[in-house]
Amino acid sequence: MQQQQKVAALSYSFPEEVLEHVFSFIDSTKDRGSISLVCKSWYEIERWCRRRVFVGNCYAITPAMVIKRFPKVRSITLKGKPHFADFNLVPEGWGGYVCPWIKAMAVAFPCLEEIKLKRMVISDDCLDLIAKSFKNFKVLVLISCEGFTTDGLASIAANCRNLRELDLRESEVEDICGHWLSHFPDSYTSLVSLNISCLANEVNFPALERLVSRCPNMHTLRLNRAAPLDKLANLLRGAPQLVELGTGAYTSEMRPEVFTNLAAAFSGCKQMKGLSGFWDVLPSYLPAVYPVCSRLTSLNLSYATIQSPDLIKLVGQCQSLQRLWVLDYIEDAGLDMLAASCKDLRELRVFPSDPFGLEANVALTEQGLVSVSEGCPKLHSVLYFCRQMTNAALNTIARNRPNMTRFRLCIIEPRTPDYLTLQSLDSGFGAIVEHCKDLQRLSLSGLLTDRVFEHIGTYAKKLEMLSVAFAGDSDLGLHHVLSGCDNLRKLEIRDCPFGDKALLANAAKLETMRSLWMSSCSVSYGACKLLGQKLPRLNVEVIDERGPPNLRPDSNPVEKLYIYRTISGPRLDMPGYVWTMEDDSAYLE
Amino acid sequence: MATMGHGLNLKETELCLGLPGGGGGGGGGGSEVETPRASGKRGFSETVDLKLNLQTKEDLNEKSASKEKTLLKDPAKPPAKAQVVGWPPVRSYRKNMMAQKVNNTEDTEKTTSNTTAAAFVKVSMDGAPYLRKVDLTMYKTYKDLSDALAKMFSSFTTGNYGAQGMIDFMNESKLMDLLNSSEYVPTYEDKDGDWMLVGDVPWEMFVGSCKRLRIMKGSEAIGLAPRAMEKCKNRS
Repeated sequence: MQQQQKVAALSYSFPEEVLEHVFSFIDSTKDRGSISLVCKSWYEIERWCRRRVFVGNCYAITPAMVIKRFPKVRSITLKGKPHFADFNLVPEGWGGYVCPWIKAMAVAFPCLEEIKLKRMVISDDCLDLIAKSFKNFKVLVLISCEGFTTDGLASIAANCRNLRELDLRESEVEDICGHWLSHFPDSYTSLVSLNISCLANEVNFPALERLVSRCPNMHTLRLNRAAPLDKLANLLRGAPQLVELGTGAYTSEMRPEVFTNLAAAFSGCKQMKGLSGFWDVLPSYLPAVYPVCSRLTSLNLSYATIQSPDLIKLVGQCQSLQRLWVLDYIEDAGLDMLAASCKDLRELRVFPSDPFGLEANVALTEQGLVSVSEGCPKLHSVLYFCRQMTNAALNTIARNRPNMTRFRLCIIEPRTPDYLTLQSLDSGFGAIVEHCKDLQRLSLSGLLTDRVFEHIGTYAKKLEMLSVAFAGDSDLGLHHVLSGCDNLRKLEIRDCPFGDKALLANAAKLETMRSLWMSSCSVSYGACKLLGQKLPRLNVEVIDERGPPNLRPDSNPVEKLYIYRTISGPRLDMPGYVWTMEDDSAYLE
Repeated sequence: MATMGHGLNLKETELCLGLPGGGGGGGGGGSEVETPRASGKRGFSETVDLKLNLQTKEDLNEKSASKEKTLLKDPAKPPAKAQVVGWPPVRSYRKNMMAQKVNNTEDTEKTTSNTTAAAFVKVSMDGAPYLRKVDLTMYKTYKDLSDALAKMFSSFTTGNYGAQGMIDFMNESKLMDLLNSSEYVPTYEDKDGDWMLVGDVPWEMFVGSCKRLRIMKGSEAIGLAPRAMEKCKNRS
């Protein structure tokens, strides 16, 4: 009895500092969320010591709400536009403005160190505000962002004394002047990671060389296409400790001394594990990287327009490869070689060299993917563009790789059937979801009926993100997915005959998901209104460039629909072609 | 509302195959061949009808029902692939990167000729609150482009868009009338940074040199016409 009392006393008087210390070992947002649900005091302690916040949809919550709950945040990640914005399906000016967040955080989080954004719009003024508001600012990652120029970057360079990381991955930057880089003061030496691969024009190269050579902790450097190859050797000599390198255009007049210099420089890079860049490759220069190949774990050749034999020669040297991104020039022969040589491969992405051509321009078929699935036991993440597929191949891949977690297959021509049997690919994808029990992400393509969705709803219990295009026959398909996929967070659909019934029948499901995108489907304006009315914690946004949907009959299908859960109500920054369905019936007609 | 053509030499300004002098695109094989010119350049009179006509509600509903763009049908040319927006799902970023080709002496013919360059350009319209982006390679003719632009900006125009009819570059007085009016005309910034009237060069050349589009009032575009004609003369 005394023992029990002692234990009870301990837990009530457990010092906050101790709990806080314990919590500090827990970084994952999900776990932190679980901790906060244990009891009120844990909720309080946890929220005061939460340092990293992840906001998967910037419109799901307001900056004020985040600040109120987590007053001591050091790192924030925000995502804006829907994923299909990458493929030009979201018109310009849709939203995703980070400005309100930056303004609020400039006041509330003076100790903010990291800002990571994806698909958001950020202006030069915002960058300037970041540069001047956060004294200990360390990390700026802008993935697929837009709205800023090199002037904004100049401000960051000039003011952020403690900057470690500047990553502009795939962002759209208006390149006014390459001299922004010179704004890093001579006393600045803390740069660890720099990714300027998206910049259109040449940066001031001498400034870059000086910067790189005075930063001893440089770990990652990704140059842009305009960076000349003949200057790369010198740059590398100034930073032999580099682990990740993105080259510029990998071509130059064929001069022997450029080659020997380059090869020697690469020989000096004993830590190099990852290579990317390789635009405009001149194959004769490729052997210069051979000295680092055996140590490479990551290789991105997805812009390298070189043919299969050259690719085979290069990749064949990289036995430690874990991740390979490549164009379909690699062909089945190259993938056979990959399967034979790279036993540690975990991720493969094969991009199309000629996505809009009428016919196949390369000898890449389903066979290549089958080979890799057979030869690479650790392969779990696949993105594969091809022109033909069979159920048999998908079946084989599924059985070979039950450890698959991400499977995105894009058969280039919509509604392509199994080319041997001329049947749909329902059973092939069915095999994937049945055997790959940990599948988190799936993208479908080819000829598919409602049946494939039945399989998905039945088996894909861990599925979190599903992308569907030109598939299905009826609402039943959508119903299977919404009712069966317990862990579904993101669903994006285009050009499918899905209408109102499945959506309305599974309306409650939508509140358990981050977002739903549907474009060129058959969801009526009336159904959108109904969803908006019934589910106040959802924003139901209709995107229609034909003009106000209330000028057309309720039965008229909307062009695009984006539904997301939110606790901050309808957003106020929508452009003229987006309408939010209000959650009371008295909205303006 | 805008009407379809005024019957002003429509045939001569229609973009058919077998362009005079064999300029751009499919090369021979066209059923209609205009007067061949030694220079191979097209004068303004052969430019396409540039009407930016507003469509009626029915037209718009029909168009939006079938999402795939149809191209000019011609018996002599095999039907080109209708391009669907956003499919295959290749990121705009990637498309733009693949489109920029640096001249490379060792580059094989095979790799360069197969890639269809995407050409995303921003489109702004004076008075419209937001920009649009279009991929010029989605369209095969000036008419396709102007239809698309009209649809995109239809909510901002009051019927003044394209009611005038085509831009006849050869007829200076007509051109001046248009440019003195409050009609909207499409203009573009080319590779040299000059602003030109849309329609002055063959379509393919336009796609290759257009960096951005701006739809402005005729009265603002008035400064462009003489420059445009000057430039055309300099090109030949």
